[in-house]
Amino acid sequence: MLKIDKDRCTGCKICTKVCPFGAMVIVDEKAEATEACTLCGACVKTCPENAISIERRRVDPSKFKEYKGVWVIAEQIGGQLRNVSLELLSKGRELADQLGEPLCVILLGHEVTGLTDTLAAHGADVIYVSDQKRLAQYTTDAYTDVISALILTEKPNVVLIGATANGRDLGPRIAARLRLGLTADCTGLSIDDKRQLVQTRPAFGGNIMASILSPYTRPQMATVRPNVFKPPEPNPSHKADVRTVDIKVNPAAVRTKILETIKTGAEGELKVEEAEMVVSCGRGIKAPENIPTVAELAKELNAALGGSRPIVDAGWMEHHQQVGQSGRTISPRLYIACGISGAIQHLVGVAGSAEIIIAINSDPEAPIFTISDFGIVGDLFRVVPELVKEIKRVKAQK
Amino acid sequence: MRIIVPIKQVPEIAEVKIDPETKTLIRAGVPSIVNPFDEFAVEEAIRIKEKFGGEVIVITMGPPQALDAIRKCLAMGADRALHLCDRPFAGADTWATAYTLAQAIKTLEPYDLIIAGKQAIDGDTAQVGPEIAEVLGIPQITYAIKVDISEDQKRIKVRRETDDGFEIVECKLPALITAIKGLNEPRLPSLMAIMKARQKEVKTITAEELGGDSKQYGLPGSPTQVVEIFTPEARTGGIKIDGTEDPAGAAKQLIEWLLKKGIL
Ligand SMILES: Cc1cc2nc3c(=O)[nH]c(=O)nc-3n(C[C@H](O)[C@H](O)[C@H](O)COP(=O)(O)OP(=O)(O)OC[C@H]3O[C@@H](n4cnc5c(N)ncnc54)[C@H](O)[C@@H]3O)c2cc1C
Ligand SMILES: Cc1cc2nc3c(=O)[nH]c(=O)nc-3n(C[C@H](O)[C@H](O)[C@H](O)COP(=O)(O)OP(=O)(O)OC[C@H]3O[C@@H](n4cnc5c(N)ncnc54)[C@H](O)[C@@H]3O)c2cc1C
Ligand code: SF4
Ligand code: SF4
Repeated sequence: MLKIDKDRCTGCKICTKVCPFGAMVIVDEKAEATEACTLCGACVKTCPENAISIERRRVDPSKFKEYKGVWVIAEQIGGQLRNVSLELLSKGRELADQLGEPLCVILLGHEVTGLTDTLAAHGADVIYVSDQKRLAQYTTDAYTDVISALILTEKPNVVLIGATANGRDLGPRIAARLRLGLTADCTGLSIDDKRQLVQTRPAFGGNIMASILSPYTRPQMATVRPNVFKPPEPNPSHKADVRTVDIKVNPAAVRTKILETIKTGAEGELKVEEAEMVVSCGRGIKAPENIPTVAELAKELNAALGGSRPIVDAGWMEHHQQVGQSGRTISPRLYIACGISGAIQHLVGVAGSAEIIIAINSDPEAPIFTISDFGIVGDLFRVVPELVKEIKRVKAQK
Repeated sequence: MRIIVPIKQVPEIAEVKIDPETKTLIRAGVPSIVNPFDEFAVEEAIRIKEKFGGEVIVITMGPPQALDAIRKCLAMGADRALHLCDRPFAGADTWATAYTLAQAIKTLEPYDLIIAGKQAIDGDTAQVGPEIAEVLGIPQITYAIKVDISEDQKRIKVRRETDDGFEIVECKLPALITAIKGLNEPRLPSLMAIMKARQKEVKTITAEELGGDSKQYGLPGSPTQVVEIFTPEARTGGIKIDGTEDPAGAAKQLIEWLLKKGIL
C-alpha cells in the first residue's frame, strides 16, 4: 500500500512529474495516488519531504546463503538444442563468475546425453541430466514435476529459462508451485552490489522498461527473450560434471496427452524469433503471388520471412510468421520491412529489440520512416529485386 | 458447463504516449479496453456455452473502473461477473494476482473450464494463466488456437501453437487454457445486448470477504519488486533516401551502408 503523509506533503508536485504511470495527482494541494498506481516506488525516492512510503514484505536474508549456483534450463526438441539455451549459457557464465558460483544446466529429454559435450563446451560446469522416455516430448506436468523437485533439493540461487512458447508455459508453473517470483521475457540481467539478480524487461508494448528484483525468495527466476544475448564461443576442452537425476516421472501425474505434432514451414525454415535477420512484407505486397519477391531477398540474406498482420489474416503467410503485438516479438540484428506502414501494433514486436531497421515504402510519410535507421522511399517491386542483384554481386566479389 | 474467464482491463497501448520531457507514460485520455486476448477467451467461452449450455462467469481483479471491462464482456454474452476490488489487492505481481484470482475461482466450484488470455498487453508477462492453473492444481494447455469439447463434456482437445508449429493436446476437464489470436473472431455486442448487460449480476468482493491467506494479496504478497522504470532510448528516423527514380542506385547505397555497419 502506498501511503502519503498529508502533514508532510507540501504539494510540490515533484511526484506527479516522476511517476512513470501518470498515477500521482494533486488534490486540494496534497498528493494523491490514483488507481493507475502500480506501486513501482519511483516517487518514494524523489519526494523531498519523505512523505511517501510503501509497505513491502520483509525477509530474512540469512536463509539465502544455502542457495548457490546459476541454473540454465536447456530446451531441446528432438535432440536439438534451441539457440536460446546456448545464449543463456553465455549470460549465465557471466553471472556465475560474478557471484563466484557454478553454472549448471538442467537437461531433460530422451536420448539426449549426447548434448552434454556441447553444453560443457559452451561453459556448463555441472549438467543435471534426466533422460527418460516420458520426457521425450515437453509436457507441462512432467517437466514441472522434475525441475521443481530438483530446485527443492539442490537449492540454486538463479534459474534462467528461455522465453520460448514452452519456456513461458513452464516457468510460471514452477514459480507458482514453489511460490517464487518470476520475471518475464527479460532482455537484461545483471548482479547488483547486494548480489541480487537485476532483471530488466520491456512492458507496456515496449514503451517502458522495468528493472525487477526478487528480494524475498530464492531461487530468483526469469524467462529470457531469445536472440538478445550472443552464444559463447565453444571451448571443446571445457569439461562438465555430468550428474544423473534420479527423479522418475509418474505417468499418472502427466495429465495432458499430445495426440499429434504438426510442424509448419519447410524443413529448416528459419523462424522470425530466432533468426539474425528478418525480411517482412506488409500490404504493400498487394497479392500472394508477389510474396516470392521478398522471399527471394530473405533467401539471399539467409533471413527469416515474416509479415504484418493483414498478410497473415489474409492467409498469405502462416500465423507463426506474424510480427507484432498479436504475433511474435522478435530481436534480429537486421529487420527489413517492405511495404509495411509501421503501425504501433506491428512495431512493438520489433522496434524495442532489433538492432537495425530498414524500411522500403512508397509513401514518404509512412510512420515506419520515423523509426527506421535506413529508409528507401520507393516501389518495393523495383527496389527489392535491385537489392537481391546487389547482394548477389557483393557475394560474388567476396 | 461452467466456464470461467479471467479478464483484465488494460490501457489501449497504441495510444499510450511517452512524455518527452519527463519520460513517463501519459495516461490521460488513453482509453481503457478489455485486454484483446481476453476477448478471444470470452468469445470462445460463449461459443462453448451456446453449444453445450451452462454459464460463463467473468472475473477480474482491478480498480472500480474495471467495471467497464466487465460490462463489455457481459454484453458479449457472459452471464455474470465477479469483481475483486479492494485496496489490499493493489500492487500485485503475477503470483499475487494468480493466487487472489484462484481463491475467488474456488468459490465457483465445480467449474469445467477456465479460459484466460495468452497475455495482458500492459504487463505482458503471460504468467497469470499458468499460475492460476498451478494454484488450483488443474492441467493447462497454453496458446490455444482451436478448441474441441468432447460430446460427454468431460474432455478437451486443443490445437496449441508452439515454436515449431502446432500440437494437438488432450486432457480431462477441469482444465485451464490460454487464448491466442486466431482462436475466433470476437463478436461486437448489439445495442440490445449492451442494455441487457446492465441488468446482469456483478458481485464485488473485498479482501476480507475473499478470506484465504490475505498475506498473499497485493504488494505485500508479491515476490517480485519493480525497482526502476525507465523508457528505452526512443528510436528516431535515420537516413532516408529517394529510390523512386533510381531504385538500383538506392539499393547500392543501402548495401554499402550495411557493409560499412558490418551487418553483411
Ligand atoms: C489489437 C490489435 C493487434 C494487432 N496486432 C498486430 C500484429 O501483431 N502485427 C501487425 O503487423 N499488425 C497488428 N495489428 C494491425 C495494425 O494496426 C496495422 O493494421 C497493420 O500492422 C498494418 O499492416 P501493413 O503495414 O502491412 O498495412 P498498411 O498499413 O496498409 O500499410 C501498407 C504499406 O505499404 C505501402 N505500399 C503500398 N504499395 C507499395 C509498394 N508498391 N512499394 C512499397 N510500399 C508500398 C503503403 O505506403 C503502406 O505504408 C493489430 C491491430 C490491433 C487493433
Ligand atoms: C512494468 C511492469 C513490469 C512487470 N513485470 C512483472 C514480472 O516480470 N513478473 C511479475 O510477476 N509481475 C510483473 N509485473 C506485475 C504484473 O504486471 C501484474 O501482476 C499484473 O496484474 C498481471 O500480469 P500481466 O499483466 O503480465 O498479465 P498476464 O499474465 O500477461 O495475463 C494473462 C491473462 O491472465 C488474466 N489476468 C491477468 N491479470 C488479471 C487480473 N488482474 N484480473 C483477471 N484476470 C487477469 C487474463 O486472462 C490475461 O489475459 C509487472 C508490472 C509492471 C507495471
Ligand atoms: S513530492 Fe512529496 S511533498 Fe511533493 S507533492 Fe509529492 S508527496 Fe507531496
Ligand atoms: S509508486 Fe510508482 S506508480 Fe505509484 S504513484 Fe509512485 S511513481 Fe506512480
